[in-house]
Amino acid sequence: MSRNNLVALAVVLAAACVLPFLISEYRTFQFTLVLVYAIALLGLNMLTGYNGQISLGHGAFYAIGAYCAAILMDKYGVPYWATLPVAGAVCLVAGFLFGLPALKLEGLYLALATFALGVSLPPLLKHHHLEQWTGGVQGISILKPDSPEILTELGIVLNQDQWLYFFTLAVTVAMFLIAWNLLRGRIGRAMVAIRDNHIATETMGVNNAMVKSLTFGISAMYTGVAGALGAIAVQFVAPDSFNIFLSITLLIGIVIGGLASIQGAIYGALFIQFVPNIADDISKAAPWAIFGLFLLAFVYVLPAGVAGAIRMGMARLQRKRQNP
Amino acid sequence: MKMNLIPIAALISASLASPAALAQKKEVVGIAGKEILLGHINPYSGPASAYGTIGRAIAAYFKKVNEEGGVNGRLLNMISYDDGYSPPKTVEMARKLVEQDKVLLIFQPLGTPPNTAIHKYMNAKKVPQLFVATGATKWNDPKKFPWTMGWQPNYQTEAKIYAAHILKNKPNAKIAVLYQNDDYGKDYLEGFKAGLGAKAKTMIVKEASYEVADPTVDSQMAQLQASGADTFFNITTPKFAAQAIRRAWDSGWKPTHYLNNVSASIGTTLRPAGLDKSVGLFTTQYLKDQNDKQWASDPAVVEWTAFMKKYYPEGNLVATENFYGWCVAQTMVQVIKQAGNNLTRENIMKQAASLKDFAPGCLLPGIKINTSATDFAPIESVRLAKFDGKDWVGFGDVMGK
Repeated sequence: MSRNNLVALAVVLAAACVLPFLISEYRTFQFTLVLVYAIALLGLNMLTGYNGQISLGHGAFYAIGAYCAAILMDKYGVPYWATLPVAGAVCLVAGFLFGLPALKLEGLYLALATFALGVSLPPLLKHHHLEQWTGGVQGISILKPDSPEILTELGIVLNQDQWLYFFTLAVTVAMFLIAWNLLRGRIGRAMVAIRDNHIATETMGVNNAMVKSLTFGISAMYTGVAGALGAIAVQFVAPDSFNIFLSITLLIGIVIGGLASIQGAIYGALFIQFVPNIADDISKAAPWAIFGLFLLAFVYVLPAGVAGAIRMGMARLQRKRQNP
Repeated sequence: MKMNLIPIAALISASLASPAALAQKKEVVGIAGKEILLGHINPYSGPASAYGTIGRAIAAYFKKVNEEGGVNGRLLNMISYDDGYSPPKTVEMARKLVEQDKVLLIFQPLGTPPNTAIHKYMNAKKVPQLFVATGATKWNDPKKFPWTMGWQPNYQTEAKIYAAHILKNKPNAKIAVLYQNDDYGKDYLEGFKAGLGAKAKTMIVKEASYEVADPTVDSQMAQLQASGADTFFNITTPKFAAQAIRRAWDSGWKPTHYLNNVSASIGTTLRPAGLDKSVGLFTTQYLKDQNDKQWASDPAVVEWTAFMKKYYPEGNLVATENFYGWCVAQTMVQVIKQAGNNLTRENIMKQAASLKDFAPGCLLPGIKINTSATDFAPIESVRLAKFDGKDWVGFGDVMGK
């Protein structure tokens, strides 16, 4: 990381820490959701952006993570923070297991298989054998965590939304650091190499099957942790919360944010959180038509996503500076 | 891997400076000068978007009220958001209405899951969640949830009335039940069994359920027919109700057929099923049916038609949703009228719980809205009706409380 980037990182983090003290609780809640989506998008981006496997069903892993958190909190009284590793682990295993048979599927066929996962999970959650845990269609309501007492004793008074925001921010930073570390190393290079030319990668001695399944697992783990955080923020899970549109929304997020880009996850998250609301403000009659226009505009104007456009813009600036 | 964060920093600083970040100040929550701010959440998009027209009919009615001088000299300003029937979105929109728009109350959120998602939040914030558009029984729970109130007759009330009719006219009936496998279907079934009482175990000979995602209910109908039942309670939503009616006729079963009010619309259920195949169906009603000829010259229906033509000309005159929206909006206006100049959230809830014999013309004659501090179920009576091939023909007295 260059010095400039370190400075920028510090500024971003400082701004993110000041943010909840300047905006309303409702906005804080929205930015918490942005962070949640950013984690989910990062997970999907590893799979689709870096590894080239298309998933139309990541909403299912988000749902599994959300239900893990809700069931553990509601039925077993587990504290909210302890549900995250469990949700992550469950999704890691689920993703890895789904990734194994999915190895045989390429491109559109994989997209269809994951789509099947995305559409079949909500009705499964309503199934009467699972109902004692999932609450069926009624879903599960959970309580929002309070700021820990130790902070109050230290004189830092945070409301529930602010605390949850900081908690989510901490998890997001940790997850992004892990992803950054992973993606720039051996495994990250193997993931990209498989996407670009899997035969050449195999010849280089990379275990393609293992890397692909692991990528699926890690990707699902990220999305699952995001789902758990999302459930805690929204305080409610129900099958209707995780319809197939959620999976599509996540895919929209990574494409708009920028494929194979870590920071792209943040832009994508801002887009999927705020643009539907803006569209709704513009037109009550056809909010999704307006959303579609936004989408078309982004795809045409920024074909490499927001992150890609920024990368190109920066490169152009640098060239100008070097040869004035 | 390079992490370029300068643009994110710029973006966050920009959002900090945005006007939305500035907190608003108001003296009385939900009152801005001569305006009363009402929040409203409705699915204008998504799987339940067919109900979006309810929100438009309500908005049209408030426009009419405003043009006629408002309520106690104040204008009604309804802020309506789309939740697409997605519970997390409902939470977000409810928070926006309460915390940012600072509305007096939230009116008519639609659907059981979306309302469940904001149930605790609204009660923790002490903001009225009034006249929700769902028939679940749990909205009538003033002890635990003193800030939430339903409106339409709840599913259990309705099911008990079918049970009473069966017990009276066919005490030895063998009953088959088809229900949607969710809380709506189970709520009805529970009320039905409670209505039959001790005889439920012997009288109900077969139960079958289906999932909303199922393509048809043909196999369930075959099982029910094979049970030898002579009476059929049909707890289904319009698409499946039409299939079941058609199947019960085509297979030659032809039981005494009770259809839940959810699917009683002639336009959306009976016509697709076949009007000739629907002859003899029983259901219950609490609203006048604006398509029914017996009400063609009824003052309320005449008034409604004129209202639609003037304030909501693009709205469908056949859709019961528009009639429903008009009717529920009148109840809201009545509560605000009763609250007078004391427009606090506490008083709104108090007035919503003090409706006495309120009988707008949209309700069937004899049905009155009564609420109290311990009774948060506004409409608790319905009338049985039988389908004659053209219209629902009401018979007997209004039943229920």
